[in-house]
Amino acid sequence: MDKYLRRELSRKTWFAIIAILAGLHVLPWVFPGIQHIMIMIFLFTLMGQGWNVLGGYVGQFSFGHSLFFGLGAYVSSLLFIRLTLTPWIGIFFSCAAGIVLGCFIGFLSFRYGLRGPYFALIMLAFAEIFHMTATGWSWVGGALGISIPLKGNTPGLMQFVKKEPYYLISLWMMTGALYLAWRIERSRLGLYFLATREDVDAAEALGVNTFRAQMIAMAISAGLTAIGGTLYAQYLLYIDPDSTFGVVNSVEIMLRPIIGGPGTVLGPLLGSVLLTPLSEITRLAFQSYSGVYLMIYGVILILVIMFLPNGIMGIARKVVSTVLRRGY
Amino acid sequence: MHAGTFTGSNAMTVSFVIESLLNGLLIGGVYSLMAIGLTLIFGVMRVVNFAHGSLIMLGMYASYWTVTLFKIDPYLSILVSLGALFLIGASIQKFLINPILNAPEHNQLLLTLGVSLFMENFAVFVWSPDYRMMKTFYGEINFHIGDVSISLVRLLAFVFAMVLAGILYLILTRTDLGRAIRAASEEPIGAVLMGVNIRRIYIVTFGIGAACAGVSGAAITPFIPVYPYVGWLFVITAFVVVVLGGMGNMLGAFIGGLIIGLADSVGAMFLPGAMKSIISFSIFIIILLFKPTGLFGRGNG
Repeated sequence: MDKYLRRELSRKTWFAIIAILAGLHVLPWVFPGIQHIMIMIFLFTLMGQGWNVLGGYVGQFSFGHSLFFGLGAYVSSLLFIRLTLTPWIGIFFSCAAGIVLGCFIGFLSFRYGLRGPYFALIMLAFAEIFHMTATGWSWVGGALGISIPLKGNTPGLMQFVKKEPYYLISLWMMTGALYLAWRIERSRLGLYFLATREDVDAAEALGVNTFRAQMIAMAISAGLTAIGGTLYAQYLLYIDPDSTFGVVNSVEIMLRPIIGGPGTVLGPLLGSVLLTPLSEITRLAFQSYSGVYLMIYGVILILVIMFLPNGIMGIARKVVSTVLRRGY
Repeated sequence: MHAGTFTGSNAMTVSFVIESLLNGLLIGGVYSLMAIGLTLIFGVMRVVNFAHGSLIMLGMYASYWTVTLFKIDPYLSILVSLGALFLIGASIQKFLINPILNAPEHNQLLLTLGVSLFMENFAVFVWSPDYRMMKTFYGEINFHIGDVSISLVRLLAFVFAMVLAGILYLILTRTDLGRAIRAASEEPIGAVLMGVNIRRIYIVTFGIGAACAGVSGAAITPFIPVYPYVGWLFVITAFVVVVLGGMGNMLGAFIGGLIIGLADSVGAMFLPGAMKSIISFSIFIIILLFKPTGLFGRGNG
């Protein structure tokens, strides 16, 4: 592929991205019925990208990202109902809380080079401790959770009667997360991430500070996921321990990048586009058997691990490179 | 799972404490068996079996339905659980894990997570999320030693767990199969060169690990309600025990189970119900952070 073609392609790619973004901005006014599902797709892409920064690029698979999701949801909601602090500011506290907790767990874990299943399990254990604490502690709502009082259409409190504003906010947040991942992937830091994922010892030998790389990834990952938690809480106006810190949410968050393609910018988006409608539709269709969509998730996860270890992006890349090599 | 609740200082009598500790030790024996199955699978295949809790749950349902439908003795149903779970475990290894043996270990972890999601929610689908309690006449029987009372079903669960752990120990140390399993665990390439069919050994090993889960599930069914997500009560405990004892270390799992059983009963004495597991989770985190090879680890983590 010569230089000219590459430049032409990248220009076409940019036009395509701008066209898609512009299209997404008018979509809710053309098809109002799909707003809810699009919002959920955006939110789970955002959080999936959060997981992906740590799990995909650095290779530290977290089994407990619901921890940051729940923390984000609880921090902004508690600030709102206890101090009437607007979620627009609360979201920064959520993000900060996520980063602090992420760095705390990261410091404890990465200091001795905890990896693989050990790290996955320690995240699960932390998420479960928060789950149990939120359930047992009445000041944070206990098992009943928190209802955020609806004050009508008050943009200052991130509350809207219509869904369009939520749609735009989550669209922009998701775009920001994708852009961030894209910038990381093309930076020196991104190379440090990949080196850490592929071989920690070799990376260290080459002078990469793998501890620092993992800590940065953890901070970004936790921060993005916590932001997603806040938006989720503001959109649904109700949270409880199970629907935030529950294991199911960790699975929901991690499954999207894994199926789309871990360690790629578009992986979480692809995974979310596929899985979110599936989970929303099957949840509605089998309301009395809430387990069905998770059963399907189980089967999808098994099939992806067995037949598509690099996710959908793995196949997409193969197809694209074949097409380019043949020069169509 | 735990005796009584802490209802004020006057309830903290000596006999209450002894009773709690004794109950902790009894359930700890069951934890040991759960953890032995998990650590065996890890030690031989290097697979962290996230589906272990779901296998325990299936063992409980197998026992529950055998007793309910065929009206046989709950302790005979342990044999049904053992056989059924051996077959399920062997199938998981044969059809799902063996094909991806060479994939990175996190893929195997994710695969067992998928299996777990499927089995749990399959149980929701076919048996509903309801809690079911097995009715046995054993449940009412208690032994009294002074003020301390011990329930027969808990004692029997402990006994069955110990007996199976003993049989497993004999199989691993005294039979050709056991020698092959240990060879596959310690020196897989050497074992292959000596003519061991390692894939078949893996299938049998996962079957045995799952059977341990099944038997421990069946043994507690007379006093723990059965529901699809019940495995979550035990899977993390089993992981705690395995990590405490050193991943892949059978003796460590045995002793670790008893320790965590005691720690849980102490937690139940001082913490409200929703938070009682915080103690064992904290132990888990501390061990992972400061001695990931476990208290009895040979450094193979």
